Amino acid sequence: MPSSHFQKRSANTEPGFTTASLPDIVFMLLIFFMVSTVLRETDLKVQTQLPSAEALTKIDQKRLISAVHIGPIKQGEKKGQTAVQIDDALIENTSAIRNIMYGKLQEQPKLIVSMKVDRESQMKIVNEVQQELREAGTLRINYSSTREGPR
Amino acid sequence: MPGLLDKRREGRDDVEIPTASMADIAFLLLIFFLVTTTINVDTGIGMTLPPKLDQEQQPPPVKERNLFKILVNSQGDVLIEGELASLNQIRDRVKEQVLNYGENPDLSESPDKSVVSIKTDAQTPYRIYVQALDEVMMGYRDIYDSVARSGQTQTGERVLEQTYPSYQEYRTGLEPEEEDKIREAIPRNISIAEPDLGDEG
Repeated sequence: MPSSHFQKRSANTEPGFTTASLPDIVFMLLIFFMVSTVLRETDLKVQTQLPSAEALTKIDQKRLISAVHIGPIKQGEKKGQTAVQIDDALIENTSAIRNIMYGKLQEQPKLIVSMKVDRESQMKIVNEVQQELREAGTLRINYSSTREGPR
Repeated sequence: MPGLLDKRREGRDDVEIPTASMADIAFLLLIFFLVTTTINVDTGIGMTLPPKLDQEQQPPPVKERNLFKILVNSQGDVLIEGELASLNQIRDRVKEQVLNYGENPDLSESPDKSVVSIKTDAQTPYRIYVQALDEVMMGYRDIYDSVARSGQTQTGERVLEQTYPSYQEYRTGLEPEEEDKIREAIPRNISIAEPDLGDEG
């Protein structure tokens, strides 16, 4: 009786696959992505070792921040020369800053410019950049610095 | 003993790694990473630059006694009101200046009229400038802290309805639209002096 034998078997086997391990798979994927994801950061062409200070304030709203990096160029022909970097590009001429910043201010009226300046940079270039920021109207700035360690 | 043998064979077929605890392990890992991951928050000294002035427009006049001048040269030497001083003196001198309330004729008339001006050389390292600015900020923070702790200004004017352990505490308790009453009573007027024109090299 081949047909009855077949029927009996199919009745005993449950169709479908077990879903008990699906949460584990999802977790594994979640953890894999958590571990492998690196938050996007602009690759710096200038070296900025931030100064340390005591009277620090935190900027909670990250989307308001636009960074201006000032420091010696890391590599290439002009290595060691102090330069200004905004986003991903080095700024050749400081007078270009006012247009860049003005554009950013139109997009985000509450813009905070985070000045990430190398500790050994001279005030001359910092002042130049600040004058440009005034021209652009981006008046809220933040001198990015680290917490003062024990000295 | 056929019965025992059968049982053994049956048991061997069932051997499996128990997977019920896998979800727990995953949870533990997840929580571990959640706790240990820190998204680095930007910290720094907040400032507001003065708005651009028109060519003919002169900067608003400030009385000599209200202006507190700090000069920092490239060696890190500090001149406070024309006298040689050091960076860590700035803090106390700023407090003296701001909280003078017209007492000393050389110092400020009132806190809101007082202006602290920081001027640097072109060659001054940024690090020293930040140190000087930091000291000024700490001077103001000390003043704000004492206002937050007592709820009133040094002249006895009531500013806050309740007291706070520190200014920081008061700030974090503020609604985003709410005015900072301490800063309203004692505004932080810091002027970054414009660099001298023609001062090249």
